[in-house]
Amino acid sequence: MTDVAAGQAVSTPVAARRVRSRVGFSWIVPALYIFFLLVPIYWLLNMSFKTTNEILGTFSLWPRDFTFANYAKIVSDPVWYNGYLNSILYATLNTVIAVSAALPAAYAFSRYRFLGDKHLFFWLLTNRMAPPAIFALPFFQLYSSVGLFDTHIAVALAHCLFNIPLAVWILEGFMSGVPKEIDETAYVDGYSFQRFFFKIFIPLIAGGIGVAAFFCFMFSWVELLLAKTLTSVAARPIASVMTRTISISGYELGVLAAAGALTIIPGAIVIYFVRNYIAKGFALGRV
Amino acid sequence: MDKTVNNRAWFMVLPVLVLVAFNAVIPLMTVVNYSVQESFAGNVFFFEGSKWFEQVLHSDRFHAALGRQFLFTGIILAIEIPLGVGIALAMPRKGPWVSVCLVLMALPLLIPWNVVGAIWNIFALPSYGLLGRSINALGISFNFTRDVFDAWFTLILMDVWHWTSLVVLLAYAGLMAIPDAYYQAAKIDGASRWAVFRYIQLPKMRRVLTIAVLLRLMDSFMIYTEPFVLTGGGPGNATTLLSIDLVKIAQGQFDLGPAAAMSLIYFLMVLVMSWVFYTVMTREEART
Repeated sequence: MTDVAAGQAVSTPVAARRVRSRVGFSWIVPALYIFFLLVPIYWLLNMSFKTTNEILGTFSLWPRDFTFANYAKIVSDPVWYNGYLNSILYATLNTVIAVSAALPAAYAFSRYRFLGDKHLFFWLLTNRMAPPAIFALPFFQLYSSVGLFDTHIAVALAHCLFNIPLAVWILEGFMSGVPKEIDETAYVDGYSFQRFFFKIFIPLIAGGIGVAAFFCFMFSWVELLLAKTLTSVAARPIASVMTRTISISGYELGVLAAAGALTIIPGAIVIYFVRNYIAKGFALGRV
Repeated sequence: MDKTVNNRAWFMVLPVLVLVAFNAVIPLMTVVNYSVQESFAGNVFFFEGSKWFEQVLHSDRFHAALGRQFLFTGIILAIEIPLGVGIALAMPRKGPWVSVCLVLMALPLLIPWNVVGAIWNIFALPSYGLLGRSINALGISFNFTRDVFDAWFTLILMDVWHWTSLVVLLAYAGLMAIPDAYYQAAKIDGASRWAVFRYIQLPKMRRVLTIAVLLRLMDSFMIYTEPFVLTGGGPGNATTLLSIDLVKIAQGQFDLGPAAAMSLIYFLMVLVMSWVFYTVMTREEART
């Protein structure tokens, strides 16, 4: 016993030294990878600050003729800025709907066994995996027939198809990490279910809710096919405005690049807030 | 965890059930309906039975798209999984750089898919893009809108750029869950770097890697927007993957039957893969 303790005491500084020496070399790999990730994004920013003439006329690694004109066009043209507002609106709506519907369901899956629970969970998962291309045409007809075509709520509801299963899945993972004894103790102490759920349980899995909300927002924000199918003018997402620009106004690369650069910002903000949970979140709470 | 048997839990699942059923069951039934009928002018229908299914299953076009889809999925899995694990192993474990790495690496995941396509389009353009211009400057002719190989090269590179971070983050989460005691024990035993990876890190990452492989497999099967914006499926049909082909068929013809039949075949393939996914996942969870 003393030998083991002594051995540990001796080995700890050695281990620390070895870890440090390994850090000395291995930072190169993530650094190179991040460089590879950032170069195309840099090129996008580079393009967005150039005039169309410079893009088509000369090849330069940084903008010689620095201009904000491309961004100014987006901020001043209602078609463009409404595209942003529409996307943010339906993604937020979708996040609220998906997470609030998924919370009780995830609790049921993590705590109870009930008739058909496994089949139901599998059926939910298949919807996360179903290619949206299959649903594009019937979605158009379905949402037209209930009079929701070209509304934000239509896109928010349609994105529930894959976001609710994902939210249930993530939340179930996080909830299963909370010992069941906590529930039982609360009931013994005379808590009603509602009071227990909102006062005790939700604070315990706040990180998981944050991660689930992040994922719902993210997948709603990045999806294009369904959002484009379900909207025409009033609720058209920014992504759809961009693809239309390519086809109508020829090739305004500068404006396109500026619009693309602006779509990165909401994601970057959201990701900053959940940075401490992100690794666990991507593992869907199952580490 | 022991679960209580309680069938009233169905009430808690009800909101989810209603919302997802509205989005999944009704459209799917519409597709089933179209797949067995022939339509004229969009409002006169005749029952056709399995005609469209036979037509799709025997069409060279479907086989070609399916083949391209498998090729694409195979290549990106072979690149992204080892690369992601390698990068996760080299990442710092603690300190201020962890957050910086995680946020920067997660960035591509949050870019709208059509913007990913647009970024790579701009980046790879033979005359205006950094990548295309650089490759051409090396004396290698590169034009992803004309040459089949170049189109595939750009497509694969784009997907690696877009999704390797997902594998990195998953593998990293698995690595962080390994207690320090394991490494100390390995050190006392004088284990080599390879032995530590093979017998400690890899088994501990099994579960997250299963999720990574299966998520990438399924998601690569439904990829649509990025290749559509990058190449539009071209040159010719060289990068027309399953989803792109399906949308082309659905939009290009007045008859919805073949598109609906193809949708269902596509959906069944995904369903089978989902089932494998679910079985593997639940078995992994039962093991731990």
